Amino acid sequence: MLSPIILSLKIATIATIFSFVLGVFFAYMLNKKRIPGKNIWETLLILPMILPPSVMGYMLLIAFGKRGLIGGFLLETFHIQIVFTWVGAVIASCIVSLPLMYQNAKSAFISTDPIYEKAAQTLGSSEWKIFRTVIFPLAWPGIISGIILSFARAIGEFGATLMIAGNIPGKTQTIPTAIYFAVESGNTEMANRLVLIMTIFSFALILSLNVWLKKRNYIGRQG
Amino acid sequence: MHFRIKKKLDYFSVDVEYEFDKGLLVIQGESGAGKTTILNCISGLSSPESGRISIGDQVVYDSAAGTNIPARQRNIGYLLQNYALFPNMTVYQNIIYGIKNKAEYKDKYKKEELLQYADYIMETFGIAHLKKKHPAQISGGEKQRVALSRAIVTKPSLLLLDEPFSALDQQTKEIIYQEFSSFKENFQIPTILITHNDMESEMFADRRILIKEGHIIEEKQQLKGV
Repeated sequence: MLSPIILSLKIATIATIFSFVLGVFFAYMLNKKRIPGKNIWETLLILPMILPPSVMGYMLLIAFGKRGLIGGFLLETFHIQIVFTWVGAVIASCIVSLPLMYQNAKSAFISTDPIYEKAAQTLGSSEWKIFRTVIFPLAWPGIISGIILSFARAIGEFGATLMIAGNIPGKTQTIPTAIYFAVESGNTEMANRLVLIMTIFSFALILSLNVWLKKRNYIGRQG
Repeated sequence: MHFRIKKKLDYFSVDVEYEFDKGLLVIQGESGAGKTTILNCISGLSSPESGRISIGDQVVYDSAAGTNIPARQRNIGYLLQNYALFPNMTVYQNIIYGIKNKAEYKDKYKKEELLQYADYIMETFGIAHLKKKHPAQISGGEKQRVALSRAIVTKPSLLLLDEPFSALDQQTKEIIYQEFSSFKENFQIPTILITHNDMESEMFADRRILIKEGHIIEEKQQLKGV
């Protein structure tokens, strides 16, 4: 039973790191800069949240399958296989959790008063320094919410993961796929344990987030 | 200090030209007259459509020559409306924020000198005891002093003040007015102050221009001690 738990944590953590970097990057660029085709970029970023997991999974297979656009190239050139590996599971989890990270980061950046950027400019800061010392810290509560929600989404990902990574015990079997196949095979004891673990874990995660946000109380700290 | 600015706004165009070398210039006018637009153009936060702006010997904007030095490289101090103190930093971190930037392209001795200057400024303004507090924990008058300290600690060539007293209650204003008079006399930084308050204009201006719909409609030199 430990294997799906460890694998889920590993996949969700790595996927969340990638969705954090990409989500923050796109949220900043699309909402602070003049980027051509901004609406199209934003639609693409949010699309995985709307599309059914089976559709996402199929698209990932087309892209990363052994004969896929990217998967085929990687396999032939570098002998790297994506399908039916934990890497495929990471890609699926990252893509489905990215919209949550992006939306939260976007809201956080939009709600940061632009006057602080202006003040920092007049004090001699470069754009990177303004982002690092002013914008990102002020947006941090919203970004941390995005990280927590992305992680929760990634650890609970089922449909797309099943299609691209399969359900190989010890290799790609995550908690959600393990629960599904436990129920399918009539192993209700295993299913019950895993469901309980997932529920307690998710509850603790969201509760911690709420307590932390109230404690920080950034809303009260306005210059 | 010389500025010639043309900039189109929603309902009218700002078209002003003025020059002064020292003392305090008050730009007065009703809300929406274009006063903040002028300061934003001088500071580099906004670009005119055409014109020329020079601060001391430095030409920071010249549409004919294609010069437009970014805000971060213009040696100005700007006290924005409502102070814009960084909520995520302490008072001390706010005040020295600009010093670290300035010292990036100057030597470490200059940085040490400016940090000592920051301590002197805080003592002079009576805010040294607030160093570890955050902006949300200090009063309006204290925020005003902190914001002014932050604006002057890097020894700017020009100081811009956008309605620095408007957020204060009357009692605090009276205290701050006295302190500002002393500051003006002791520090002698060429300053542009925006206000729509006649009394503030009368109290502090060495020269005054009245703006209406982006144009200067009146000029006055009071020449107080200049």
